[in-house]
Amino acid sequence: MPITIDKQNGATVISLRGEVDHHSARTIMENIDQTISSTLPMNLVLDLSSVTFMDSSGIAVLLRSLRQMDQLGGKLRVVGIPSQPRRVLEAAGIGRIITLA
Amino acid sequence: MKSLDQTTIVFTSRSANEGFARAVAACFATRLDPTLDEVADIKTAVSEAVTNAIVHAYPDTLGKITMRLRLLEDHQLEIQIKDNGVGIPDVEQARTPLFTTGNEERSGMGFTIMESFMDTLKVRSVVGKGTTVTMRRRIALRAGGGQ
Repeated sequence: MPITIDKQNGATVISLRGEVDHHSARTIMENIDQTISSTLPMNLVLDLSSVTFMDSSGIAVLLRSLRQMDQLGGKLRVVGIPSQPRRVLEAAGIGRIITLA
Repeated sequence: MKSLDQTTIVFTSRSANEGFARAVAACFATRLDPTLDEVADIKTAVSEAVTNAIVHAYPDTLGKITMRLRLLEDHQLEIQIKDNGVGIPDVEQARTPLFTTGNEERSGMGFTIMESFMDTLKVRSVVGKGTTVTMRRRIALRAGGGQ
C-alpha cells in the first residue's frame, strides 16, 4: 500500500492507494503516524480517491488519525471517497465523527 | 434450501490470504450476474469474516480457515467461513458495534458491516473449538442473468 504525502493550501495531504484491509492497515498506520509526528499538521487531509477496496480496517485507520489530530488540536478531513469505501463508512456511521467530503 | 452448486477453499490464517478469499468469492458470485456494487458488498463481508478468523480465532498461531461458497435457489449466494480457533465466549457481545477484543488496528465494526452488506448473518461458536459464520445474499435477477 503506497502512500504519497503532499502539501496543499497549508494542509498536509496523505493519499492512500490500493486495498485498505487488515493486511495493509498496520503499514498505513505507521506511515500516517510518522507523517503526523514529523510535520505536526494543523490540517490533515486523507485522500482516498485511489483506494480500490476498504473494509473496517480502514475505519480503524481513520479513527487513529482522528485521535492523533485531536491530540494536536488539529483537524482531519477525508476526501475523494470512492463508492465502496463510502458504503463501509456509512454503514459504520463514521460520518457522525469525521468530516467526509 | 437446495444447493445448486458449491465450492470450498481452505487456506492458512495469514493476512495475505484476505485478498485471495475476497477474489475467490467475487469470482464465484459472478455466476449470479451481480452488479459491481453487489460484488463489492460480497467482497467486503468476506473480508470482515476472514479477518475476524485471522485476528481473533488464531491470535498466536497459524490455523486453517475454510470458506464454502454455495449457489442456492432463489438466486442466493451463501458464504460460510469456518475456523477451528479459540471460539467466541459471548457472540451477542461480539456482534455489538464497536466491541472488539483486538488492538488499535481493529474498529469493532466487522459484524456490523457483515450485517449491513448481507441479507442474513448467522454466527455459531464454541469456545475452544471454533467459529462458523454463515451469510446469505440474494442477488437481484437481471435480464440475461444466469447461474
